[in-house]
Amino acid sequence: MMVYNKRNDGRAFDETRDIEAKAGVIKRADGSAYFRIGKTAAYAAVYGPRDLFPRFMQNPKRGVLRCNYNMMPFSGMGERVRPGANRRAKEISMVTEKALSPVLDLDSFPNAVVDVYIELPQTDAGSRCAGICAASIALADAGLDMKDMVAAVSAGIVDGSVLIDLDYKEEAHEEGGVADIPVAMIPSTGEISLLQMDGVISKENLKKAIAMVKTACIKINEAQKKALKDKYICDVQNCDGDKK
Amino acid sequence: MNKGLKSHIIKSLGTGIRGDGRSLEDYREITIEKGVSSTAEGSARVKIGDTEVIVGVKLSIDKPFSDRPDEGIVMVGTELLAMSSPEFESGPPSIWSIEIARVTDRGIRESKSIDVKALCITPGEKVWLVSVDICTLNDDGNILDAASLGALAALQDVRLPKVEDNLVNYKEKTDEKLPLQKLPIGVTVLKVGNEFIVDPTSEEEKMADSRLTITSMEDGHICAMQKGGDTPITAEDVEKMVELSIKKSAELRRLLE
Repeated sequence: MMVYNKRNDGRAFDETRDIEAKAGVIKRADGSAYFRIGKTAAYAAVYGPRDLFPRFMQNPKRGVLRCNYNMMPFSGMGERVRPGANRRAKEISMVTEKALSPVLDLDSFPNAVVDVYIELPQTDAGSRCAGICAASIALADAGLDMKDMVAAVSAGIVDGSVLIDLDYKEEAHEEGGVADIPVAMIPSTGEISLLQMDGVISKENLKKAIAMVKTACIKINEAQKKALKDKYICDVQNCDGDKK
Repeated sequence: MNKGLKSHIIKSLGTGIRGDGRSLEDYREITIEKGVSSTAEGSARVKIGDTEVIVGVKLSIDKPFSDRPDEGIVMVGTELLAMSSPEFESGPPSIWSIEIARVTDRGIRESKSIDVKALCITPGEKVWLVSVDICTLNDDGNILDAASLGALAALQDVRLPKVEDNLVNYKEKTDEKLPLQKLPIGVTVLKVGNEFIVDPTSEEEKMADSRLTITSMEDGHICAMQKGGDTPITAEDVEKMVELSIKKSAELRRLLE
């Protein structure tokens, strides 16, 4: 029996929250971006390729992509988050590296590292996906060779309904059952570079959820591309990024 | 820093104009935006030129210190995010990040800006713990002043969360504000050669001989100081630096009123 037949915020089941994307927001970085989906916001900054130290970590055949996911201490829905890496942040950093590296040409910068720093000023679920979306724009903004950008969003099931882009309230829904499936996709090929899940789902519903992600990622990718274009239009017109 | 370049810069400072066209006592454009993080009880973004910090305040209920059973607790932390400069690294806080946090903390604490007695819920048992976290997004110099300004703006923005059965309900905010009695403003003055400047860019910070951060209140009294840099300063220098910082703090305070 399906009980969650209307979403808390009135969205359609296949509708993401509103999206805002901007490139070039951090001047000191080689590339940077801001990506917001609903009340989940992520900044990403890229430094490199630059020398990798200590030297034994260098790979003479391939460059290294190093991601660092971090929640600002005040960005959690409940109590203050203690600063510094915890197990969750380390795991998310690692899966973010795996999600992004397929579109990069790591062979083109042997011995070097590209650092991606992802920072969240506020979250309402879906923060690793927002971080990946921001990081993709930032990598492109840094001028790195890329096959495509990576778009990411979570799908899932809440009390019998398959839906996209769960917010915190939906993730914490008490009745029925909840599955949360963050997915990162390379939009041009439909390949999946991040897939995780919490919860329980049937294989039929998983198929439905992934199909929903595909459509949503194409839409997210449009926002990512627009963010990059807007930055350069603004540069040409020599105007402030905010005014565009 | 290159000696020739430094003497060239000092010479041009003597004409009263800096590299970016400002006079020695000018700040870059400052913008303060409150309510930038929906998960914080209070937050603010401060931009001074290209320098940008986000400050968030979280509230929780904690046990008071045993020697101050009827006082709430205020804690200030600084995260110099590796995102904001190629010179910052992730990992445990650097001494520079600790210094910024402590200087900001002293300004707020010593001015008695927050009425900590009003943050007591049950004496000896439950008080509000106010955690102020300063995160840098982009470092183009003068993080110290941006941190002080941001901390105050975020504290002004705080709305206390609802308390139900002695537990904080973070989903609901009340209309109640923090008991802020004063606005202590930190202004950092740098000495370069024989010149004094405020609001340094990253480049200017590198060539400074010494710096003095002075936090002062509405009535012109000083509530915290911190000298930095490797070169000593004279008593006359201190006088001039204090004079300048108090003058500038009045300008900055207006942005918060």
